[in-house]
Amino acid sequence: MIRVVLPPHLRTLAHVKGEVMLDVDGHVTLRSVLDALEARYPVLRGTIREHVTERRRPFLRFFACERDLSHELPDAPLPEAVASGAEPFIVLGAIAGG
Amino acid sequence: MSGARVLVGTRKGAFVLTADGKRERWQVSGPHFAGWEIYHVKGSPADPDRLYASQSSGWFGQVIQRSCDGGKTWETPGGGVTKTPDGMPTGESNRFVYDASPETGKPLTTHQWYDGTQHPWEFKRVWHLEPSLADPDTVYAGVEDAGLFRTSDGATTWRELAGLRGHGTGPKWQPGAGGMCLHTILLDPSNSARIYVAISAAGAFRSDDGGKTWKPINRGLRSQYIPDPNAEVGHCVHRIAMHRSRPNVLFMQKHWDVMRSDDAGDSWREISGDLPTDFGFVIDVHAHEPETVYVVPIKNDSEHFVPDGKLRVYRSRTGGNEWEALTKGLPQSDCYVNVLRDAMAVDALEPCGVYFGTTGGQVYASANGGDSWAPIVRDLPAVLSVEVQTLP
Repeated sequence: MIRVVLPPHLRTLAHVKGEVMLDVDGHVTLRSVLDALEARYPVLRGTIREHVTERRRPFLRFFACERDLSHELPDAPLPEAVASGAEPFIVLGAIAGG
Repeated sequence: MSGARVLVGTRKGAFVLTADGKRERWQVSGPHFAGWEIYHVKGSPADPDRLYASQSSGWFGQVIQRSCDGGKTWETPGGGVTKTPDGMPTGESNRFVYDASPETGKPLTTHQWYDGTQHPWEFKRVWHLEPSLADPDTVYAGVEDAGLFRTSDGATTWRELAGLRGHGTGPKWQPGAGGMCLHTILLDPSNSARIYVAISAAGAFRSDDGGKTWKPINRGLRSQYIPDPNAEVGHCVHRIAMHRSRPNVLFMQKHWDVMRSDDAGDSWREISGDLPTDFGFVIDVHAHEPETVYVVPIKNDSEHFVPDGKLRVYRSRTGGNEWEALTKGLPQSDCYVNVLRDAMAVDALEPCGVYFGTTGGQVYASANGGDSWAPIVRDLPAVLSVEVQTLP
């Protein structure tokens, strides 16, 4: 199981509390995790990645295992600790205003 | 007994204010969608329990919310709807993609940027939602960067009416200070094929075929600080209003100048008359008196607050030119708020109610056509939009 931590506004939007637990088929990458997240919660489509381009929205960042993964390639493997569920994959709002 | 329901969009959520026909005691519900910018909330004229809200955020983008019970509960309609374990719908409803298909004829890819260079169209948010007069599932959405979208399935899917962006003047459109937004949509109650829209800073446009084709309707507008003050497009129109009994008569608050058209926008004339300043954002028309018009003058385009520290609504009972200040119940000292372009509305009760919201978080109501005012709420987040429904 992949553990995903969403920022509070997206937890509210998706009606979830705490971490989201996801099954991801195949390689665990940014793309496969976000695909699985959006498949389970369609309301999150467009809120983390832009429609059509699937680019990360500019004021969001991705972290895991004390690493900034925001600029990783979409199909690069995420850390093994994320794939094993030992560590969560964190979607975080960049601080850019109030 | 009949009543009023005021729908308020703010910088940090939506609020629903309700009262009976006397409009003296109000119930406040909210914040809905707390922490998000709510640019607009509007109800369907065909079904007053059907509401639509534009929820957006610089971080997370655009979401459309829909209520089928007058704002008590909300859902995000959309394709691929799933439900959470507690049964809440989580459907996608935020997909606004510009039409670039060959069928649009000549799809545009750029508009004018602040520095005069060409810049690609980029969707940012929905400014205004205008439900159809006849069908609760049909809604028009005015978006930034300026474009017009329509849903006919209750906000499940949205499709651009690309004839507006593609009619030919798009490369001359440029953003106003608030962005390049399509903020006004007026549906002609006597002619379902006629739609008016307004864009900052491009101007006003009209379709006579249900949104397929469009033409600029800006003859008579004069904007001092654009290269050609009388240009066909490029004017920063802030708001247009009409009375449903006379849809060919339009009133406009332009960046500077209050204007009027008596021929469905084919030509405009200035009616600023004796206003203390003709800069402003809102304009609206009395529900029962088509020649009674309201504006809120703002000091100027670099000081977006009311002049002299006094919050004054100005009313003309003569269709313009002659204006009276309405001050009873409004602060007349040390007030420095703005009233944004979508933040005034009128109800259809007798006497006509007039409502507006300020950037200071107050929503004021007058139950007597503007003669006197009282705040419904004083301390909301900055108000972006105010709409009112007259309930049976």
